[in-house]
Amino acid sequence: MEEDLNPSNGISRKAEALLSVPDRAGYFGEYGGRFVPEPLIPALEELEDAFIEAFSDSSFREELTNVLKRYAGRPTPLYLAKNASEILGGARIYLKREDLCHTGSHKVNNTVGQCLLARRMEKERVIAETGAGQHGVACATAAALTGLRCEVYMGEIDMERQSVNVSKMRLLGAKVVPVSSGSRTLKDAVNEAFRDWVTNLKTTHYCLGSAVGPHPFPMIVRSLQSVIGEETIRQCMELEERLPDMIVACVGGGSNSIGMFYPFIGRGPRLIGVEAGGIGIEPGMHSSTLRSGEVGIFHGMKSYVLQNPDGQICTTHSVSAGLDYPGVGPEHAYLKREGLAHYTSVRDEDALSAALFLSRVEGIIPALESAHALAWAFSQAEKMEKDEYIVVCLSGRGDKDLEIIERHYPGLGGECLGDG
Amino acid sequence: MGRIQEMFGELKGKRAALITYFTAFYPDEEQSYRIAIAMLECGSDALEIGIPFSDPILDGKVIQQTSSIALERGATLGKVLRLCERIRERTEKPLLLMGYCNPIYRYGTERFASDARECGVDGILIPDLPIDEIEPWRSALSSKGINTVTFCSVNANPLRIRKACDLSTGFIYCLSLLGTTGVRDELSKDVFQLVRMVKSCSTKPVVVGIGISNAQQCEAVGEVADGVVVGSALMQVVMRGGDYLSELKAKVRSFAEALARR
Ligand SMILES: Cc1ncc(COP(=O)(O)O)c(C=O)c1O
Repeated sequence: MEEDLNPSNGISRKAEALLSVPDRAGYFGEYGGRFVPEPLIPALEELEDAFIEAFSDSSFREELTNVLKRYAGRPTPLYLAKNASEILGGARIYLKREDLCHTGSHKVNNTVGQCLLARRMEKERVIAETGAGQHGVACATAAALTGLRCEVYMGEIDMERQSVNVSKMRLLGAKVVPVSSGSRTLKDAVNEAFRDWVTNLKTTHYCLGSAVGPHPFPMIVRSLQSVIGEETIRQCMELEERLPDMIVACVGGGSNSIGMFYPFIGRGPRLIGVEAGGIGIEPGMHSSTLRSGEVGIFHGMKSYVLQNPDGQICTTHSVSAGLDYPGVGPEHAYLKREGLAHYTSVRDEDALSAALFLSRVEGIIPALESAHALAWAFSQAEKMEKDEYIVVCLSGRGDKDLEIIERHYPGLGGECLGDG
Repeated sequence: MGRIQEMFGELKGKRAALITYFTAFYPDEEQSYRIAIAMLECGSDALEIGIPFSDPILDGKVIQQTSSIALERGATLGKVLRLCERIRERTEKPLLLMGYCNPIYRYGTERFASDARECGVDGILIPDLPIDEIEPWRSALSSKGINTVTFCSVNANPLRIRKACDLSTGFIYCLSLLGTTGVRDELSKDVFQLVRMVKSCSTKPVVVGIGISNAQQCEAVGEVADGVVVGSALMQVVMRGGDYLSELKAKVRSFAEALARR
């Protein structure tokens, strides 16, 4: 089994190059880097050094593995969605059950790691941004566990549409700070978190929630989320004795997807990232950054950005708050450019109907973010052969989305299956 | 020699330069033009003209708000450059643009450099462009004779400070504190130490900004630095509305007088 995990085994040359990214300046090819005000540079350097030092310390890695196992519930199952697969009548669909992680999403993999690191760096406080509230809850949880004070920035609009998570964060002892600037959603929460961080560098670690931002964040988040893909490889070999034909994950900032993709890059499976297609292709109607954005500099990184012709950042739309972001991690920009992964999008409506379908036939209520990946996988499974199989990263559970789902399907009873 | 070098040359040994900031197109295009002229008339030695951006992460509430209103008023980088051109017709003092990376990147760095040159711009400050990333921008700007200002922050190590000094083609901008732009009651002690450090590394002019809010603070900073930048404190006056122009003029005059008191 260990041999299968060895990345130098049967890896393509193109993918091999990936093992050396990011480079020392934090670049994945031409994407990434560090576009932040000067005062943040020493903090990013401190973080990078601390991360490298901690990860080369086996006792730190052991502690992290232990927490993930005994506290966060890893490894998460790889589940064959038999009913769904049979109904669709094509490739089999497996679900990597990140929804079963403590706090209900993959976000905890990252926050536990970063909070342990923050404690090791002798910080007393962590701050975070959150959209859906999943990262905020995961961060508040990890902060409670590690004894750190926690403040979470959240756009006013998101606080409204994800109010249960606001209550959870408060119960966990975190302070939730409403963000009223700009579009009052995730991007503005990130701005506020950066402004807090630049003011409180000595005491505070910024626990960034996705594979975005200035170096070393994309690298740190990838390292902490790669456990998803590593477990999946092992489980695929156990269950199917070969790697999958296709892997599908939703892409907001890109953390669950990079965590799932990274160990698979260049090893055969087609990697598909699914962005939020929202309600249309016009600017402001979607969050499909890699599909419709252009290269720019935003939140400390050079990557694809949804922007207007004058370089101002666009507002976005998605039914899922967690995908509602106008930027994307630089490593995804690189994978797209190198043809190592492919990116597509799914509209609100199709994500909602995939969520309904999975709930009805498998008894699993997915997060609307994850439902984007499901919808794409369902549409592909039908076209694929029965002996092929797909793995979908089910990044989170849908409790937080019940209100939105109910609003979309009023009078939800026991009868219909939707059109999924 | 450019206008920036000439200005510091003339003031050397006499007093520190007063650099006043305003957000282009706030409260609207015409009023921001009148603000610029008023600042120049009341003793400002150079203007720092803010290019509005949707996500200004180094700015506090005041400049966040002026920027977002300026964008609603239709500010674009192209229009800001034309505003500079109009101001240039009225003055020979240095004009500095302050703006975040993305609008400039999107406009095209080379194209920006030549258009800025034509509009009479002398230098540029890009707060989210640290010295590690500055090289391609700096050479594109230099080739058109636009000076690139580098930043030094109070938590930088000596090596970094030296690098910032070497890379600057205009002056060195010392950030007075760890934090965003905005009005502050107190001046941090760290900045005096930082200015001394920078001065020991370089003969280029050293300017201090962020949080400088009153005449007293101007005077204190003017004792050690070659220039002082005032921003939010002035924009706050404009934000209050009413007959803001006379209050703004009085403020700029009081800062200029404080610096002359040496
Ligand atoms: C369940 C779930 N999936 C996916 C995402 C999107 O983030 P990322 O692309 O970083 O995985 C979020 C973000 O909040 C989420 O809550």
